Amino acid sequence: MVPLAYYLVLSAVLFSVGMTGVLVRRNALIVFMSIELMLNSVNLTFVALSRSLSSIDGQLAVFFTIVVAGVEVVVGLAIIVEIFRSRASVNVDDVDLLRG
Amino acid sequence: MASFAWTIPLWPLLGWLLLGTLGGRLPRRVVSLVGCGSVALSFAASLLAMLTFPGEPQTVQIFSWIAAGDFSVAAGLLLDRLSLVMVLVVGGVGLLIHIYSIGYMAGERAYSRYFAYLNLFMASMLLLVMGSSLLVLFVGWEGVGLCSYLLIGFWFDRERAANAGRKAFIVNRIGDAAFLVGILVLWNALGTLDLRTIAERASTLSAPVMLTASLLLFVGATGKSAQLPLYTWLPDAMEGPTPVSALIHAATMVTAGVYLIARLFPLFTHPITLLVISTVGALTALFAATIALVEWDLKRVLAYSTISQLGYMFLAMGVLAPAAGLFHLTTHAFFKSLLFLAAGSVMHAMHDVIDMRRLGGLAGPLRYTAVAFAIGALALVGIPPLAGAVSKDMILERAAEHAAAGGSVLPLLLGLLTALVTSVYITRAALHTFLGRPADPQTHPHEAPPVMARPMGILALLAVFGGLLGAGLAGAPLLRFLAPQFGEAAHVPAAAGGAAPTSVATITSPLAIIVAVAGVVVGLVAYRGRRDPDLGMWGRLARSHFGFIHLYDGVFVPIAKRLAWTLAGPVDLGVIDRAVNGVGALLAGGARGLRRLQTGYVRHYAAIILLGTILILAYWVIR
Repeated sequence: MVPLAYYLVLSAVLFSVGMTGVLVRRNALIVFMSIELMLNSVNLTFVALSRSLSSIDGQLAVFFTIVVAGVEVVVGLAIIVEIFRSRASVNVDDVDLLRG
Repeated sequence: MASFAWTIPLWPLLGWLLLGTLGGRLPRRVVSLVGCGSVALSFAASLLAMLTFPGEPQTVQIFSWIAAGDFSVAAGLLLDRLSLVMVLVVGGVGLLIHIYSIGYMAGERAYSRYFAYLNLFMASMLLLVMGSSLLVLFVGWEGVGLCSYLLIGFWFDRERAANAGRKAFIVNRIGDAAFLVGILVLWNALGTLDLRTIAERASTLSAPVMLTASLLLFVGATGKSAQLPLYTWLPDAMEGPTPVSALIHAATMVTAGVYLIARLFPLFTHPITLLVISTVGALTALFAATIALVEWDLKRVLAYSTISQLGYMFLAMGVLAPAAGLFHLTTHAFFKSLLFLAAGSVMHAMHDVIDMRRLGGLAGPLRYTAVAFAIGALALVGIPPLAGAVSKDMILERAAEHAAAGGSVLPLLLGLLTALVTSVYITRAALHTFLGRPADPQTHPHEAPPVMARPMGILALLAVFGGLLGAGLAGAPLLRFLAPQFGEAAHVPAAAGGAAPTSVATITSPLAIIVAVAGVVVGLVAYRGRRDPDLGMWGRLARSHFGFIHLYDGVFVPIAKRLAWTLAGPVDLGVIDRAVNGVGALLAGGARGLRRLQTGYVRHYAAIILLGTILILAYWVIR
């Protein structure tokens, strides 16, 4: 059996990769995928701990995360599509209307 | 309290609300009706209250104003013998002057504003004399001060009038500040501000507290009643419309100080306080009378005369004769407002000329006014049986008794001397205004319309017969009415069932009359042919107010102005404005810095969220 620590390390690595992607990439779709990666690294943590602790709670939390992620994809992709239609770009740096 | 009595101050207040909000849109007839009608209703309520007065003081609490622990102040009205007399004098004279104003102000553009102010004044004055606690009295006190300011500066587009209004306000502030401190001293010592309780418990106060409180309240009274040294505002107050001078600056508001002392008389019975009051009163009486001798403005002569007569009233308070002082207050309200209304009639006829050098010979065309002025003047001089004679003699008698009983002789001597000077200056004013040849033959003065003449007629009757209120012959109804309020100090004449007069008093009365007649004779001789004899050094002294003008213009006013400029420049602009602007600039600068954080790049926000998360995690780990 694989020890718990392996799962947690893999999860941390995946989270860091996702975070780096969010921070450094400019393509909105890549940023989006990076966010999904972060969410799923958390899911992995939940499931690993759930098994290690013999508790169902972690797996329940994962279902919530999946639902939320699904909703997020719907809304997020819709926004990206709209932005692409109006600006012909998916570069997040082109969208800075909130600058003070 | 009878259910209607509390409406006495309410009617003029309603009149003010109506005229103040809608007055500009109402026709003049309606404005006159509301202005005079509200005062008439109030006077009718006062008369009813007088007729149904059961004898015992009555209070009505309107609401509990302040309640903090043991300390509470009720906003209430008090109706007792003293306030009834004051309410009747204020309401009666006020009503006549309101009616006179219809004629006097007929050509005025701001007609409704005038009546709104006048009604507000009546409401404040009635509140002042009916307030059941010192704090309610103070509200009325400040209210009449405000109305005085508004009405002196009624023609605010004239610089002199605007300045005179400000002067009245500022000089009164000095007295009012002392008054307020006096109220606090009394509250600290007695824990209550109820007027009747203070009067009852005044004797339980320790001597120093009693002295401090009474002197502070007296300073307040000198401000409102234009006594030395705070008298300077009253002559300038003559810039206001003449009916205002008659109502506020002769008959009612300026007597508020006398009322205050009568109301809390037991508090003022400390020997030093009495000495201060009688001395200030006597000195003011003579001082103002001598200035009236060299003044050329008819209204200002009457203003100095008012200051002088108020001095008599304070003198009476100081020689333990409050009822005599109130009696003089009442008769003075009659004859002095009559004199002012006659002066107003002269101004009306002469198109606002009031300098006596440009008047003269008006007895012909203004016969009615001249007779009214003569009656007022004779009442002021004290020719029996006119009103002023009875009340002034009574004060001098009390002063004589006071001196005979070991008190100061000063009030009596100064009082008699003032009587002489009074006769001279009012004779001079009458001669210059009504006799001789007209200074300007081109003018054709016209007699006052009936709406102005009738109130003068009624006041003339009161000035002639008002003395009966306190004369022993007629049973002295006023003094007997006030007797339960003041006890021994009411001094009911012997003929009306009081104590027999002492021998001193019996000489004083004829002496006062002789002095008064002598003064008239001196005046007739000295000012014949409408020329002023050269008074030499005394004339110059009187013209400079015995140095008071130099004292004020040379010392106090420059100091106050320098202080004001210091406060306005370095302090207000330098400190306060800079502090306020500094706070603004700090916020604006901070905001400008914080704006930079808002880049609009999603990445930056994400990085900051990450940073925050790391910091929170670090905190939890390190802890």
